[in-house]
Amino acid sequence: MSIKGQAYIVGAFEHPTRMAPEKSSPQLHAEVARGALADAGLSKDDIDGYFCAGDAAGLGPLSMIDYMNLKVRHADSTEFGGSSYLAHVSHAAQAIAAGKCNVALVTLAGRARSEGRSGTKPRVVGSPGPEAVWDSPFRPATINMYAMCARRHMHEFGTTSEQLAWIKVAASQHAQYNPNAMLPKVVTVDEVINSPFVSDPLHRLDCCVVSDGGGAVIVTRPEIARSLKRPLVKVLGAGEAIKGTGGGDIDLTYCGAKVSGPIAFAEAGVKPADIKYAGIYDSFTITVLMQLEDMGFCAKGEGGKFVADGNLISGVGKLPFNTDGGSLCSSHPSNRGGMTKIVEAVRQLRGEAHPAVQVKNCNLAAVNGIGGMLAARHGSATLILERE
Amino acid sequence: MTTSTIPGPDVNDPIAKEFYAAAATGKFLVRKCTACTRAHWYPRAVCPFCFSDKTEWAEGSGKARIYSHSTMASKADPFTIAYVTLAEGPTMLTHIVDAGEVHIGMDVALTFRQADNGVAIPMFAPVK
Ligand SMILES: [Zn+2]
Repeated sequence: MSIKGQAYIVGAFEHPTRMAPEKSSPQLHAEVARGALADAGLSKDDIDGYFCAGDAAGLGPLSMIDYMNLKVRHADSTEFGGSSYLAHVSHAAQAIAAGKCNVALVTLAGRARSEGRSGTKPRVVGSPGPEAVWDSPFRPATINMYAMCARRHMHEFGTTSEQLAWIKVAASQHAQYNPNAMLPKVVTVDEVINSPFVSDPLHRLDCCVVSDGGGAVIVTRPEIARSLKRPLVKVLGAGEAIKGTGGGDIDLTYCGAKVSGPIAFAEAGVKPADIKYAGIYDSFTITVLMQLEDMGFCAKGEGGKFVADGNLISGVGKLPFNTDGGSLCSSHPSNRGGMTKIVEAVRQLRGEAHPAVQVKNCNLAAVNGIGGMLAARHGSATLILERE
Repeated sequence: MTTSTIPGPDVNDPIAKEFYAAAATGKFLVRKCTACTRAHWYPRAVCPFCFSDKTEWAEGSGKARIYSHSTMASKADPFTIAYVTLAEGPTMLTHIVDAGEVHIGMDVALTFRQADNGVAIPMFAPVK
């Protein structure tokens, strides 16, 4: 059974906050749920399916469903790190198609900034995995693991820091129009490559922001979607993949999108060349580059040339991406950027992005998330969305 | 580049206990499968390639080559994380120590460093 056309995203909301020490993480979850419901024109009692990931406190769905006092008949806590929410949309579409729920709420929220969590510190998520006893002595922070992917990409394909910098430049060109963006200032390639190394070859400006905040989407069946007063954003295809360390058979030149991307495009029946807007997980510049290649927007190794000279800038290049400024410039709530990629893609498909960055005739979007560690075990989830 | 502090691993896993007990005596063990003959990393009781439970320890040569690396730009606490490909086949996460310039393809050799809880940790240094 395909999910093609079986479900629509009818509500999408990102919390405007970037710093919320006065609010709890569950409160932020509830606030983004309220925002998405208001956006959809639905009410809390309409929700009968709920999805959350590791950013949800306590026992995930049990704690959050209780906190919000939801009455659901379907729940899912698939945890693929920051890519979880794309998989949740896909799983919600599957559940809706199977008759398990009608209106699914997906939430993400957290306070990485006020809690002082950052990509230069060792990551602690849940209980230690079997790899911890082998990896933890080497202090795999987030940044140095992604930096090793960048180093290997440069070695194999001649990718340059200048090329990676274009990804940040494009994000900053978009962020200037987002009043909530943490980094609204436009930056140049020179500014990126002259910013200090955090873990070489990645500079400070190759990194995303650390922010508080969150987001939510609501997924529902076609009949309900058509009864609402919002533009129709259809789920056309989805794919997911987990890439690990292969028992030591390590190849850092590709990511899970090499698997999840083609699955999603095949289900949707479209090609990368058909895509008008791309929401690409941007924890670091290198993350974007590898997904673009692996999703098939360019050949493997050609990502550096593809992103250069403003090719990702709306109104300038061929593949506008992350027009809210993305995680590189706007927000990265709970150190998880998947939800905000979906939310901005929905805005684009509805024609509700900022006029300065709105893509003309934006009828088809691809969104990809990478969660976990790009250089080790990570999840990749792809969505293809269509404006009907 | 030196490693100033090494967080000691919490060694509860039975396979890890054997590995780190050998490391304490200066031995670097690599886990091999007798069914498919391949070595893997990190060590497991069940082979991650053929799923056989016929895995055993072999003493590693300690020879490796740098696959990728990155140095944290902290003046107080710089360290170089790396993936190195062992002569036995698998690639493992480690640190490069006692090195000036580091590059992909560089030959490195095993050296143990003590973690803050006394556990001996396998790291690699350039072959002089
Ligand atoms: Zn085997």
